[in-house]
Amino acid sequence: MDLSIIGAATINGLLMGGIYTLVASGLTLIYGVLHIINFAHGSLLMLAMFGVYYLLMKLGIDPYLSLIIMVPAMYVLGFYLYRFLIGKLSSGKDENILLITLGLSILIENLALMFFKGDSRTISLSYTDKMIEVGPSLVALPKLISFAAAMVLCALLGLLITRTDTGKAIRAVAKERMGARLVGIDVERVFAISFGIGLATLGAAACLLMPIFYVSPTTGHVFVMVAFTVVVLGGMGSFMGAVIGGLIVGLTESFGGLFLGESLGQIGISLIFILILLFRPSGLFGAKQ
Amino acid sequence: MTTNAKLTRRLILQAGAASAALGAPGLLLAQPKPVRIGLLHPVSGALSYSGAQSRMGAMMAIDEINAAGGIKSMGGTKLEGVLGDSQSRPEVGVSEVERMHQEGVSAYVGCFASAIALPATQAAAKYNTPFMIDVGVSDAIVSRGLKNVFRLAPGNGKCVDDAFAGLAEVNKAASGIAKSAVIVHEDSEFGTSTSKMLAGKLSAIGLEVKEVLKHATPTRDFSNLVLRIKSLKPDLVIMSNYQNEYVLLARTLHQQKVDLAGMFTVLGGGFNYKFVKELPEVAQFTMDFNHWYSPRNPKSLDMRKRVEAKGDLFTFEVYCAYNAVKCYVDGLERAKTQDKEKVIAALEVSTWADHFMPYGPTKFVNGQNTGGRAVLLQASKTDIDVVWPNEFAAVKPVFPRPKFS
Repeated sequence: MDLSIIGAATINGLLMGGIYTLVASGLTLIYGVLHIINFAHGSLLMLAMFGVYYLLMKLGIDPYLSLIIMVPAMYVLGFYLYRFLIGKLSSGKDENILLITLGLSILIENLALMFFKGDSRTISLSYTDKMIEVGPSLVALPKLISFAAAMVLCALLGLLITRTDTGKAIRAVAKERMGARLVGIDVERVFAISFGIGLATLGAAACLLMPIFYVSPTTGHVFVMVAFTVVVLGGMGSFMGAVIGGLIVGLTESFGGLFLGESLGQIGISLIFILILLFRPSGLFGAKQ
Repeated sequence: MTTNAKLTRRLILQAGAASAALGAPGLLLAQPKPVRIGLLHPVSGALSYSGAQSRMGAMMAIDEINAAGGIKSMGGTKLEGVLGDSQSRPEVGVSEVERMHQEGVSAYVGCFASAIALPATQAAAKYNTPFMIDVGVSDAIVSRGLKNVFRLAPGNGKCVDDAFAGLAEVNKAASGIAKSAVIVHEDSEFGTSTSKMLAGKLSAIGLEVKEVLKHATPTRDFSNLVLRIKSLKPDLVIMSNYQNEYVLLARTLHQQKVDLAGMFTVLGGGFNYKFVKELPEVAQFTMDFNHWYSPRNPKSLDMRKRVEAKGDLFTFEVYCAYNAVKCYVDGLERAKTQDKEKVIAALEVSTWADHFMPYGPTKFVNGQNTGGRAVLLQASKTDIDVVWPNEFAAVKPVFPRPKFS
């Protein structure tokens, strides 16, 4: 096989990995702190993408400019969703949260189907089809932007968790819930903040995805399984894990597609998922239980 | 005042009771039981857009027939659509057939996807209930000897035959510029069966198949597949897939500036007005062989206006479902009863011509309308035009398309 194709496939894999990292970073934060798997992650991403789409269509706001609206909007949505729905209904039981987020995802998807119909929507802007030469391949500018943004976003999340008081509180709650409560941390508030931040990252992901991908009520499904694989591979709760996991999954998918065909190549992702669960359940960067 | 009011209420109640006892049975007798039609479409899941469009088309036909006085030969019997959702999954399609049977449907119209239509028609065959296929192109649907299944639109065998006749003619007019092709298809029943036929027939019109590439539904990124196509340097890319993947692949081919004489689809799920509206640069010059209305029939133009006035798109799902319902109703009119056996017998000898598809009167052989045909379409930056066959063509095709370089 031509070396230039392998080089281009590597670049494609890394860029797709960046997109997976974007989607998975919020999921890993929510798991790391709340110790729950957010089944509504995909449908909330879809909701955010519709938000970006309508901001462009109705108000003419560019998707990248939408970041300043969507990130805080999704944070507020996440904060209050936890505060008034998930936190209240869960009664402190993790398994309840699991069911609530599952129910929430079904509700959101069906509401989306009712309001937006099953239609797929794509956007076309002056830069969406602009191509940049990267080594042997032509790369769409929005993909490069999303890759760079994914790396910056994960670095910012890492800084937030390690360098700020909120981050310290989040880490304290993640590590020892009771201890955190005893030293005066409002644990419920920290949970809501974490859920809010998790959704804020989805808001950012939606703004960066919309110039590349389409949105429909089922778009969440397209990414959610991959995001779970990235989180399991990288280690639940680890941002570095999300970056490395995303890139590995992106490369696996790309080379799988190249050597086995696009159809069969997708089994690589499932294979990683199973192998990690078998041999390293805590993931590459996750703390051993 | 209070007494009066009470008396008035009592009087009203008495009058109501009297009319219920005397008048209502008469009214019930005057209103024949409606003919219930099960509309089985994937209105949720991956195919939900197409499912919703199909349902809209079928309901438009039902509403139109009811507004025009119902089934005339059955004393104005009205139609009632019983809505079903296959959730884009074959097994759910089967359970919906069973549910709708319990609800007493006299016929089914569906299923948009071949993978759902295959088991759903089988399930309906147990009850010998007529099943009108609106969209669902696999030829296996009408080749299993099921007497209850009828398809107005062409199957993929006929579509592929028409596509090759059209492609050969268009290529000949361009001095045979296209000599090779790469086939890309989605890997379920629809894409696989269509691509098998394509690959088998390309050589017959002098085109070499350089490779057949398949992909899953959904696929998130087509960059590598397009790299492969680019390295093969074909003159044509021929695709057979559903909406989202079609658009994503077409966009990637455009972004990667792959020079082709033509990008050509057979039953391209995403080739529609929405594609042209949202991505005009990508859509321009793309070609598709598909179900389409006759642009020269005023009925089709009138229906397009009505659909677009509601803010919807006049996609092929809408008018295929619309005409499937009307074709069944024609059988019902001639059978003069909703008895399944008699309606099936009436459909078998159907010569219905009151549609606006580019077909002649219907003639069903083993459930397939042999007059059904696909047409070659080409997108401009603002619209979609029929470019072949000449008797329906609105404009001449742009072939080969201009190169990126």
